[in-house]
Amino acid sequence: MDVLVCIKRVPLSGGKFTITGDGLDIESAKLGFTISPHEEVAVEEAVRIVEQHGGSVTVLTLGPADAEEQIREQMAIGADRGILIETNGAEWDPQATASAIADAINEDESDFDLVIMGNESADASGYQVGIRVAHKLGRPIVTGVKGITVAADRATFERPVKAGRELYEVPLPAVVTVLDGLNIPRYPSVPGRIRAKKKPIERRSPERPEPKLEKTRLEVPQTEAKQAQVLGNGPEAAAAVVEIFKQIGVI
Amino acid sequence: MVLVLVDHDHGVLDELSLQAVTYGRELAAATGEQLDALVVGADGSGVAGALGEHGVATVHVAAHDGLTDYAPVAAARAASEVAARTGASVVLAAGTPRGNEVMAHLGAITDLPVAADCVSVAPGSPTQVVRARWGGSLIEEANLHGSPALVTLVPHTVAAEPGGSGAGDLAQFTPELADGDLLVIARPAAAEEKAGVSLADAKVIVSGGRGVGSAEGFAPLEELAELLGGTIGCSRVVTGNGWRPHTEQVGQTGTKVAPDLYIACGISGATQHIAGCRNAKTMIVINTDPEAAIMGYADYAVIGDVSKVLPAIIEEAKKAKAG
Ligand SMILES: Cc1cc2nc3c(=O)[nH]c(=O)nc-3n(C[C@@H](O)[C@H](O)[C@H](O)COP(=O)(O)OP(=O)(O)OC[C@H]3O[C@@H](n4cnc5c(N)ncnc54)[C@H](O)[C@@H]3O)c2cc1C
Ligand SMILES: Cc1cc2nc3c(=O)[nH]c(=O)nc-3n(C[C@H](O)[C@H](O)[C@H](O)COP(=O)(O)OP(=O)(O)OC[C@H]3O[C@@H](n4cnc5c(N)ncnc54)[C@H](O)[C@@H]3O)c2cc1C
Repeated sequence: MDVLVCIKRVPLSGGKFTITGDGLDIESAKLGFTISPHEEVAVEEAVRIVEQHGGSVTVLTLGPADAEEQIREQMAIGADRGILIETNGAEWDPQATASAIADAINEDESDFDLVIMGNESADASGYQVGIRVAHKLGRPIVTGVKGITVAADRATFERPVKAGRELYEVPLPAVVTVLDGLNIPRYPSVPGRIRAKKKPIERRSPERPEPKLEKTRLEVPQTEAKQAQVLGNGPEAAAAVVEIFKQIGVI
Repeated sequence: MVLVLVDHDHGVLDELSLQAVTYGRELAAATGEQLDALVVGADGSGVAGALGEHGVATVHVAAHDGLTDYAPVAAARAASEVAARTGASVVLAAGTPRGNEVMAHLGAITDLPVAADCVSVAPGSPTQVVRARWGGSLIEEANLHGSPALVTLVPHTVAAEPGGSGAGDLAQFTPELADGDLLVIARPAAAEEKAGVSLADAKVIVSGGRGVGSAEGFAPLEELAELLGGTIGCSRVVTGNGWRPHTEQVGQTGTKVAPDLYIACGISGATQHIAGCRNAKTMIVINTDPEAAIMGYADYAVIGDVSKVLPAIIEEAKKAKAG
């Protein structure tokens, strides 16, 4: 079973975001980078599927050359091979992203029985790249999944809904988008990290088409700047806390 | 024409879809267009009355033998048919898992761009939208090139309100479906018995982060939650360590909550956590670090070790309850 996982490099900010002078990007010079938790569980699931059924895990990203860092991190978890669709740093819109990913899949030596993506990306959250890729490949897609069972040529996907869960059974090859909570991703081991350095990454660099969803400005939403009133230090503050409980009527 | 894709569960109308209808009515009024809706599945015709009260002129009902359970591709196929036939300028849906999913399929089928999670839409060429990024921690202004404009609306952008002068006329049709369109179809699994208060609806949430230290460290949080009639929440570090199940995770990739009281114990206040609890009415923080980012979102703070502060609060709360 050959599994492909698509991941997206995004800036990781603990506190509030700062926007660049042109109003179009997050100021990321001092930030680290990461991928969405949805994509972390996607890679973990792919590795588990291959541990059980044999095969290979490939991770693909469309992003700047530095996105190799995110591919290597996932190789340390257990991915075997990487595909880096290199951009000059400019973001691609969801349609262009999906076309480039579908082209890469079509031209790859493997047919990929299962393509796993995040339900929505960490930053832009367009909820659509997976669906667009599936249409381009002519494969079924199930989204928002929190449970995967694969057999030889079929897969069953579980999707949480208000009243419980829905089940979807589809033939392979298929595409699926997953949610955080699908599993608990493992931490990379030291030998895993060492092996990751030597695994192969194939690079492609297609032209960027004109965006049809064109970002014109980013903004940090205005929220009232709060500063917590300190009720006290340590256990001595307990009475003051319970006083607040009474004021707001929860006790 | 403005077309709203309305979701229902075997005839039970989705509340958030009514918000999208209300927003669609405002759009239609601004551009002097008619407001129509699409429901998929014959049992959806039952919601036509409610849609008429909310200003919908014609309710298109896609009826088909294969359409008894939710089938996202088929729903999008029906939507593309109605949008083309009526010359819709905007197609709108609620930014729910289903709304976003059907809209993305529609975008893929028609090769049009989709703007998901919008908080404002100004039709034109291009259509100008304002949309949420990073679970609402950032706002993006964008141009959407293409017609019809395909957009989904962040839940609770507007409240659902009746109005307008729509008749809610029924127009039933059989969509042209290919076999593959019904390949992906929901099979409902048995509803699970969920014990206690659900996180999304809880009035009080006692939430724990890395600072709680371990799975066992949650015992006092559970005790306090019980005393206050609340439930447990947690950060992603906690679910990642396997201390608590993901169903309790609050945040961008967890649950969004809006309780009367949120008690954040040993949580630093990363934007992705705040994305899930920014709508709490009152937030109390217990943290050893007076400089933690979460201080900028909270109303009250206790500086100290959770494992020492919580037992003292529990004791005081018990006294207060005993009167
Ligand atoms: C700083 C910034 C600037 C931008 N500028 C523009 C712009 O000028 N014009 C424009 O049109 N758009 C722009 N965008 C948006 C654009 O880059 C989208 O984020 C991108 O096309 C992917 O769509 P999405 O994030 O909505 O994906 P979603 O549909 O939310 O992603 C779902 C899943 O698809 C996969 N996926 C998504 N993106 C990738 C990727 N790059 N590589 C591999 N897998 C991926 C992942 O598995 C992800 O979890 C910008 C975004 C940012 C953050
Ligand atoms: C795309 C994306 C989505 C994400 N989604 C989510 C999400 O849905 N939910 C979520 O929570 N996170 C999410 N995260 C992760 C998030 O960025 C943070 O890593 C996470 O919220 C941090 O958890 P924490 O506050 O428990 O841990 P830390 O950041 O490590 O903070 C621990 C805090 O505990 C305090 N502390 C330590 N010991 C004690 C003690 N004894 N007593 C009291 N205080 C103590 C420390 O001072 C510190 O403030 C996401 C990240 C990304 C990139």
